[in-house]
Amino acid sequence: MSGRDPLLAARDVGYAYGRRGPLVVDGVSLEVGRGSIVGLLGPNGSGKTTLLRLLAGTLSPTAGAVFVNDVPVASLSRRDLARRIAVVPQETHATFDFTVLEIVLMGRYPHLGAFELEGPSDIAIAREALAATGTAGLEDRQFNRLSGGEKQRVVIASALAQGADALLLDEPTASLDLAYQLEVVALLQRLNRERGTTMVVSSHDLNLVSALCTDLVMVRSGCVIAHGATRDALTAPNIRALYSVDVQIARHPAADRVLVVPIARVD
Amino acid sequence: MVVSGFGAATILAVTLAPLVGSTHVSLSRALGRGIPFADNVDAQIFFIARLPRVLAAALVGAGLSLSGVVFQALLRNPLASPDTLGVAAGATLGAMLAITLHLDVHVFGISVLPLSSFAGALGSLAIVYVLAIARRRGTSTTVLLLAGVAIAALLSAVSRFVQYLADFTDTFRTIQWVMGSLDVASYAPILGALVPMGLGFAGCAALPRALDLLSMGAEAAEARGVDVVRAERVALLSASLTTGAAVALGGPVLLVGIIVPHLVRLLVGADHRLVLPASALFGASFLIGCDLLARTLLAPVELPVGIITSIIGAPVFLWLLFRRLT
Repeated sequence: MSGRDPLLAARDVGYAYGRRGPLVVDGVSLEVGRGSIVGLLGPNGSGKTTLLRLLAGTLSPTAGAVFVNDVPVASLSRRDLARRIAVVPQETHATFDFTVLEIVLMGRYPHLGAFELEGPSDIAIAREALAATGTAGLEDRQFNRLSGGEKQRVVIASALAQGADALLLDEPTASLDLAYQLEVVALLQRLNRERGTTMVVSSHDLNLVSALCTDLVMVRSGCVIAHGATRDALTAPNIRALYSVDVQIARHPAADRVLVVPIARVD
Repeated sequence: MVVSGFGAATILAVTLAPLVGSTHVSLSRALGRGIPFADNVDAQIFFIARLPRVLAAALVGAGLSLSGVVFQALLRNPLASPDTLGVAAGATLGAMLAITLHLDVHVFGISVLPLSSFAGALGSLAIVYVLAIARRRGTSTTVLLLAGVAIAALLSAVSRFVQYLADFTDTFRTIQWVMGSLDVASYAPILGALVPMGLGFAGCAALPRALDLLSMGAEAAEARGVDVVRAERVALLSASLTTGAAVALGGPVLLVGIIVPHLVRLLVGADHRLVLPASALFGASFLIGCDLLARTLLAPVELPVGIITSIIGAPVFLWLLFRRLT
């Protein structure tokens, strides 16, 4: 899955909440190749959100290290890190009535000094991000009044405005209905194709992952149990090992992609 | 542009408010240099009797509104106020102890009452803060909020105990203090309050963009490049110094800290680069206006300004609340 040029890499990463807590991520090594879309799969409580946070640098590993462009994440300031890695959280709630443009401009934070105002170039970058996510018409609307799908696209625009090399998305379609799910998937595919944006996407939706991701990392109990190109890793034995569920995997003729159909739980 | 409008209104309020009162004062005579100060009654009333009070109102109003903005962003709660973390309860206990124990000393020309309430305000915040960071490396806003409520309740109980043991005169003085009064009588307490407030204002000046992001959630802010631990500390310390100094100067006139930020957001939007300065300026004019009413409504009786802010503030607060819900 690595390719020759890993943008993001974890080496023997471990993490425990609290000093004596159990390891929720245990000895994980993985590489995210430049231009790839890596899907992070795992049951609830498997440690995949923790792993995503470790990759994003919002958590510091208790063992091992995370590297971005071969530079240890721990050696970068928050600002420097934010210029390299952008995060799209599962849900975003604004306490106050910010406009869509204000939310997107927040992505420029790591590029500006404490007292610096956004210049024309920052506003141009923000507008470009709005255009790329199909939200240019929403610029002056209040963020809190948008629909779930619009919000998610605006948050992705804000992450794009950050100008980072990698985009980490935590269950980007979890709270969206079917139409918005397809919309967000199409958007991510287009960004990857047109801009070469590298992405790590955590998800529970195997069909979404099969449509979107070039590579997969499967995590159970804090350990990687399988990883590789999607076509190699998305197999019935791997999914059984991951979720304890028997599935059937078939290529759907109309959708022209692999579909995962759950059959029964195995105990 | 909008902020300079608020600035002009504040300057106007500071200049015109001292002219109003039981004795009419002419601005041109008060500022005129023709008559020596010792013989210029207008200037004496303007500069000695009324201006300190107006300046105190401006500082207290600005301080409480500014820290209201910071606490609301920091706690990600639009209904948070400078008092949410128990500042007023701590300040009240400090003031009550100074009154009841008859501590009648002056430090640098400032009486012990504002100093003791300032210490009480910061003391209660320090306890709340230590509790909030005790079990984590960062600050938990939920723990901060809940610990604030618990500490406020505890300190209020101690205050009531002290009050129960106090005699009549002391009790009356403490009640007066709790209702808020800007009758500072000299410039010394204002200068004293300027030091912590200046530090607090300077801290806030570095924060607006970090506050925008903090109001979206700590993790979202961190992912956009904010050093969350540091920003939260600067915000908490600045807002605490400002609130402590404001409450020490004018008593706990606290509804100001909730309603002014909300009214300002209606006018200028949510961007903290506008909300912070506009709230400070609008808060200053607002409290000058309330104090003017307090001085003149039942003249020659002067009402505690806290009564006026509550009578105006509570309906406005309810209006804001229902506006939000619908």
